[in-house]
Amino acid sequence: MEEILHMSALELGKSIREGKISVSEAAESCLEQIRRKEPDISAFLFVDEDGLKQRVKEVEEGIRQGRYTSPLAGVPVAVKDNICTRGMKTTCASRMLENFVPQYDAEAVKRLEEAGMIIVGKTNMDEFAMGSTSETSYFQTTKNPWNTKHVPGGSSGGSCAAVSAGEVWMALGSDTGGSIRQPASYCGVTGLKPTYGRVSRYGLIAYASSLDQIGPIGGNVKDCAAFYDVIAGKDEKDASSSPVPVETAVWKEKEDLTGVRIGIPREYLGEGTDPQVKQAIEKAAALMEEHGAFVEWFSLKMTEYVIPAYYIIACAEASSNLERFDGVKYGYRSADVQELHEMYKKSRQEGFGEEVKRRILLGSFVLSSGYYDAYYLKALKTKALIKHELDMAFQKYDCILAPASPSAAPELGTSLKDPLKMYLSDIDTVAVNLAGLPAICLPCGMDSQGLPIGMQLIGDCFQEKKILETAAVYEKLRGSFPVSWKEEM
Amino acid sequence: MSRKIDDATMDNVEILAKLALSDEERERAREEMEKILSYVEKINELDTDRTEPLVHILESGNVFREDEVTNGSGKEESLANAPRKKDGQYMVPKTV
Amino acid sequence: MAKQYETVIGLEVHVELSTKTKIFCGCAATFGEEPNTHTCPVCTGMPGALPVLNKKVVEYAMKLGIAANCQINRYSRFDRKNYFYPDNPQNYQISQLYLPICHDGWLDIETASGNKKIRIHEMHMEEDAGKLIHDEWEDCSLVDYNRSGVPLIEIVSEPDMRTAEEVIAYLEKLKMICQYLGVSDCKLQEGSMRADVNLSVREVGSETMGTRTEMKNLNSFKAITHAIEGERARQIELLEEGRQVIQETRRWDDNKESSYSMRSKEDAKDYRYFPDPDLMPVVISEGWIEDIKKQQPEFAPEKAKRFQQEYGLPQYDASILTQSRRMADIFEETAGLCGQPKKVSNWMMGETMRILKEKGMDPEELSFTPSHLADLILALERKEINQQGAKQVFEQIMENDVEPISYMKEKGLMMVSDDGAISRAVEEVMAENPETVEDYRGGKEKVLGFLVGQVMKKMKGKADPGKVNALLREKL
Repeated sequence: MEEILHMSALELGKSIREGKISVSEAAESCLEQIRRKEPDISAFLFVDEDGLKQRVKEVEEGIRQGRYTSPLAGVPVAVKDNICTRGMKTTCASRMLENFVPQYDAEAVKRLEEAGMIIVGKTNMDEFAMGSTSETSYFQTTKNPWNTKHVPGGSSGGSCAAVSAGEVWMALGSDTGGSIRQPASYCGVTGLKPTYGRVSRYGLIAYASSLDQIGPIGGNVKDCAAFYDVIAGKDEKDASSSPVPVETAVWKEKEDLTGVRIGIPREYLGEGTDPQVKQAIEKAAALMEEHGAFVEWFSLKMTEYVIPAYYIIACAEASSNLERFDGVKYGYRSADVQELHEMYKKSRQEGFGEEVKRRILLGSFVLSSGYYDAYYLKALKTKALIKHELDMAFQKYDCILAPASPSAAPELGTSLKDPLKMYLSDIDTVAVNLAGLPAICLPCGMDSQGLPIGMQLIGDCFQEKKILETAAVYEKLRGSFPVSWKEEM
Repeated sequence: MSRKIDDATMDNVEILAKLALSDEERERAREEMEKILSYVEKINELDTDRTEPLVHILESGNVFREDEVTNGSGKEESLANAPRKKDGQYMVPKTV
Repeated sequence: MAKQYETVIGLEVHVELSTKTKIFCGCAATFGEEPNTHTCPVCTGMPGALPVLNKKVVEYAMKLGIAANCQINRYSRFDRKNYFYPDNPQNYQISQLYLPICHDGWLDIETASGNKKIRIHEMHMEEDAGKLIHDEWEDCSLVDYNRSGVPLIEIVSEPDMRTAEEVIAYLEKLKMICQYLGVSDCKLQEGSMRADVNLSVREVGSETMGTRTEMKNLNSFKAITHAIEGERARQIELLEEGRQVIQETRRWDDNKESSYSMRSKEDAKDYRYFPDPDLMPVVISEGWIEDIKKQQPEFAPEKAKRFQQEYGLPQYDASILTQSRRMADIFEETAGLCGQPKKVSNWMMGETMRILKEKGMDPEELSFTPSHLADLILALERKEINQQGAKQVFEQIMENDVEPISYMKEKGLMMVSDDGAISRAVEEVMAENPETVEDYRGGKEKVLGFLVGQVMKKMKGKADPGKVNALLREKL
């Protein structure tokens, strides 16, 4: 069993295709690890043990009959709980959607199922993806598998923790301002935030529609690339999904980084950054330089404006996106309300948590009459400047190298007390969303507490292949990264 | 110092957000909002006179569907999660 | 002397488009089905559902914009209008505020006081809301989303109208254009055309605008006329009393024939419009506009002119016939089939209009087959039926679209063309009325009418009176 858990997703897929491991063996070892780890980690909101048996049979048959030919066919995955799964509760970790059972699949879910992947369950997150620690979940607090006194990061904390704890090989997350990359960094796993429009948002419960993007989380770069291949591509149901053809992520393996130009923005490693993070990034840069990459420090002067622009835009969109949660069609409705607006106000008051309410209030404010121009419109203009500056950078560099967070995972219970401080910690990730760029996060070191440190490789729009190739070479140069749960076995 | 968010503004925002905050929550929310707003006003340092607001990251326009019926009856699915329903309709407190 | 007031009126007209599907999803946009059957995750505002724009809606908006002399925005976008109400499943309506598809146009209207140009500020695309009905039993409201997401075009006029008559003329014109384009059937009663009236009053001669109110829920021209009169009087009364008009939305109550304020504490009237990130911009090229222009139909004024020239119709006929595209089309096809345009026009303007009016129908609802009217006119021409019988047959054509010749045969309405039969009847009548025959022969020619009548009676009206007349004279 343990041997299966230590395989990569692609290795597992290959073994399944070759008949060396059965789909049910894979699923069973996954469930066993979940049983072992969940009491400490609490990554899952729901594990679909019953549905799994049925699905395993179906997939085994499908593989045999040649219906499922994906390299990931038969591989169990977890899905973040803001991605709709038909007939399976999808809560956004909110009391508001505690009992919501979607009658439709998200496009990404549909595609992974068509590839023969198996959904094990739904993972915990910050409520409606609003938060950086997964602590704003209404239901439970997920712990960092490396040290359960620490947060897993957020908002895709459950998905990253589940992969990190070996409970599942891969997971789907969503990234609006770093929600895949930052928890991937904290949990020592690999996560890809694709170019905006690359993966259909249909069925992803919107936080900030112009920034949201679904992406894969896994144990290594190649697994993520293969998963990305499964879910990426134009979807007629999402007008914002791009018609640009997906460059397959199956590439010819490179030995070194000759010809790859890498830029490191000074502002991302300034004062607020933990020196240990800075060291880890510098070490990674040196390693890549040693193996042929051209590495150069440069300046992104707009960096100090990314948090303000991000929070104005994200909260504005969120305030509108979350209006549909009103107690009429689905979701929580306060008991014994007599009057219409009383129903709205009480249902939303009781159904949403504090952080969600704060962002709705902020968003309502910045869009309200008299403030729209000064905040919202100004933020859209700031976004244009940020995008422009990054466009310029990509004329010089193939990839931007940066940390995914100024520090390793903070301790539980220390972040929510000061929301502004928590927002500021998103400094390394939000520009990518504002500019719609693809970025991968993978581990590049450990801090003195034994917590992982991650690095981002950011590419220009639709240059997923370039960052994945570069990341894969780095990963090989770095050598295998420790696994959080290995020593306990 | 006058507050960034006065009582009337806070009342208005609460109505727009359709939330029934407790007094304590309301004060805390207001304080946090004021703090955050003061911080985000940093963007006012930027000269954006000649900058167009950027709404869509991708250039693609004209994403259409053809005028063809693709959906059958969605009644069951649409009402499956309704907190209260009657005669195939969603039930809400009276609107008039 | 009492002050003189002028009424200033602008209209916001919503026209429901006759597309097959809704604006943002593939649900049918038809009505009269069981509640919530035409629904899907998109038009019920399910979490994660996304809108995709129906191309036809853009085309219809362009057609209407071009017909109303508007500028077409080469780059247009959708915005969200945020407000909570249960008929609106997302609690925001997808509409256009900042960059509407059409702007700055005009329509020419004609009233008793002459011609006038009414400027159009803008036209935009948006989605309709669902329907709310009150449930007396439970004292609650029930929501049906079948109409949610049906495409609308909102046409916003400048405040260029001064009287109810002008308002009606403007709406009639708009309706006619929509019907000519086939973009909407524009039925006020059924809600496929809805007009909100923005009205203010000011002293005659004043250049500044008074405070306006917006009146909603006007379902007929009668309601619009009454609402305008009532609101004008209400505002003047307020001003005369030295009070102020409050800018507000008022709802018209058709039963009470009065309006009431819709304001409430929870109604913040701050819609927080912002660009909808889920929808991509609409980019319209010159080529696209040209294509649409090429497809534009011939509108009423040109058609009327052509009818005068081509068919030799009087101006009056031509203008009445072209008020409705349906009517004009039926006229033209019928005239082509029977080659008697003036006769067709007479049938359309006489019997057709009479029956439509009697039934309270719109000319657009005409549904008979043109060849049926053509055949009837030809039968009349051939004297196979008399005028009265023809009217009877036409009623059946209007009602059931019957095939006239077989109907005439079936109902025994065919005229007797057999001279022998008429001769026999003449001889019989002469034999039965020897004194009258003598009177005639003695020079009393007036009695001929009586004899003709007797023959017609014998023929049960199914003979040509001219022929009867001629035969009688011959035999006398």
